[in-house]
Amino acid sequence: MVNIEAISVADSGDIVAVRHAVRRQAVEINLSLVDQTKIVTAASELARNMLLYGGGGKVTLEPLEKGVRRGLRVQFIDAGPGIPDVDLAMRDGFTTGNGMGLGLGGAKRLVNEFSIESAPGKGTRVTITRWR
Amino acid sequence: MSRFRAMDRIPILKMGDFLLVTIQVDMRDQLASALQDDLTSKIVELKAKGVLIDISSLDIVDSFMGRMLANTSAMARVLDAQTVVVGMQPAVAITLVELGLNLSGVHTALDVEKGMEMLRRHIGLPDLDGETGGQH
Amino acid sequence: MTNPIPKIILSQRNEILQEWLHQQLSAQTLRTDLISEAELRTDSERFLRVFSDAVQSGNLSDILSTEYKPVLEMLGDFSRSRGLRGFTPSETATFVFSFKQPLFSALRNSGEQNPAELADNMWVADLLLDKLGLYTTEVYQKSREEVIRRQQEEMLELSTPVVQLWEGIVALPLIGTLDSGRTSVVMETLLQTIVETHSELAIIDITGVPTVDTLVAQHLLKTVAAARLMGADCIISGIRPQIAQTMVHLQIDLSSVTTKATMAEALRFALKRSSGATRPILKDPFPQE
Repeated sequence: MVNIEAISVADSGDIVAVRHAVRRQAVEINLSLVDQTKIVTAASELARNMLLYGGGGKVTLEPLEKGVRRGLRVQFIDAGPGIPDVDLAMRDGFTTGNGMGLGLGGAKRLVNEFSIESAPGKGTRVTITRWR
Repeated sequence: MSRFRAMDRIPILKMGDFLLVTIQVDMRDQLASALQDDLTSKIVELKAKGVLIDISSLDIVDSFMGRMLANTSAMARVLDAQTVVVGMQPAVAITLVELGLNLSGVHTALDVEKGMEMLRRHIGLPDLDGETGGQH
Repeated sequence: MTNPIPKIILSQRNEILQEWLHQQLSAQTLRTDLISEAELRTDSERFLRVFSDAVQSGNLSDILSTEYKPVLEMLGDFSRSRGLRGFTPSETATFVFSFKQPLFSALRNSGEQNPAELADNMWVADLLLDKLGLYTTEVYQKSREEVIRRQQEEMLELSTPVVQLWEGIVALPLIGTLDSGRTSVVMETLLQTIVETHSELAIIDITGVPTVDTLVAQHLLKTVAAARLMGADCIISGIRPQIAQTMVHLQIDLSSVTTKATMAEALRFALKRSSGATRPILKDPFPQE
């Protein structure tokens, strides 16, 4: 039986809820404090992205087991306009400066696995995974 | 969806020529923005020369919060006040470095005491143990 | 004829339990040094209860389906706790395997089947209990691995002590080859110590490190950056000529980091800094170019 927690993100208060939920699950699988902080921070970035660019959406949390290893997979799914050029969005130039960077490159560095599916008109799905 | 109440604002304390803010909650974005506004107003209102932002209770600092700290710092400087962010937790620091957030211009210290020392030295006030700090 | 096991377990629960206990307690392999009779009784009762519930569903083969969840949970707890006490994996699995005999006896004595049916039913029971016994072994292995991993982490922390050289100055003498995993732990320990001792200066000495590769160098630089964000500064000392060459070769940029040839020089520099003689007024963690 798969145990998925889902949180809908419609305002900035929901971003806080996402942080708390990811923290809770990260503690559950015994991630080190630094690793917990990394994935919670990544989740905060991606949830905010979803709110700002995707018009809000849904976050799902799924604890994983690969043999002995435990992990946490978090997905950010929105039905927004989609990202026209994913490669460009991933570049670090987008995270610095005074603009609201997409933060994708930074978030990617904080997790073990990162994937993004997005196309104009098709919405966006970002999947991140942290293994213990 | 909760309504944003005025009571949710973070308190700002006056300590001599400086302002002290202790952030103890995981703030939603609006609260962080409100704090930035409040600090800027208070610097002018109280003619503060320095601001200490204590983040020792924060176990997450993401790019929004980071930008808030950088922006506050920049605005304070324009108003002739220096900002020192104190008490960043190791896990947070490690994560911010990995995230690649550019916080140039933000001064930091290990704790409020050291932050105050730094500010006092900057504006030429004697240290609490009697020595006067460097040039200004 | 449907397998009579579920019915038998229900109707003869007590007899089965008694025989099982009797058998476990009289076994030569019983670890009376590690477990008391009362505990054995409690464990056995618990297993029998959840097992009985599970088999009522009629499922006598698939232990991964939901009916067996309470059984797996119980066996999981059981296995971990036995492992912690010092039981071997076989001793732990024997608990389940030993249940076969009382179950087979009960089957035989129920007298409702012909020999062929009896053989089939015992076979089903045999396979089921084998699976459950093996499950305890898997859990045992997993939890041993966890324990080992935790012990390794603790040893890593212990083996790389951060020393306080002076008030406000700590030093981390790194010794031996550094791999990525060890370096992370070590660096986290340093940052934590900086906080705990309120030290604004940390000396990372790599005299005892024979080689430094890109990953390790990046870790070092990240640690320095993280320390700055926290309000402390790092000095890297003990960079031998070969390492300096490697770093330049790998295009590792140390221009923003204070480096000294020896720990002694680093300490001298640190003492001057902390006495206020050359202390910067405001520390900017990311100095503008």
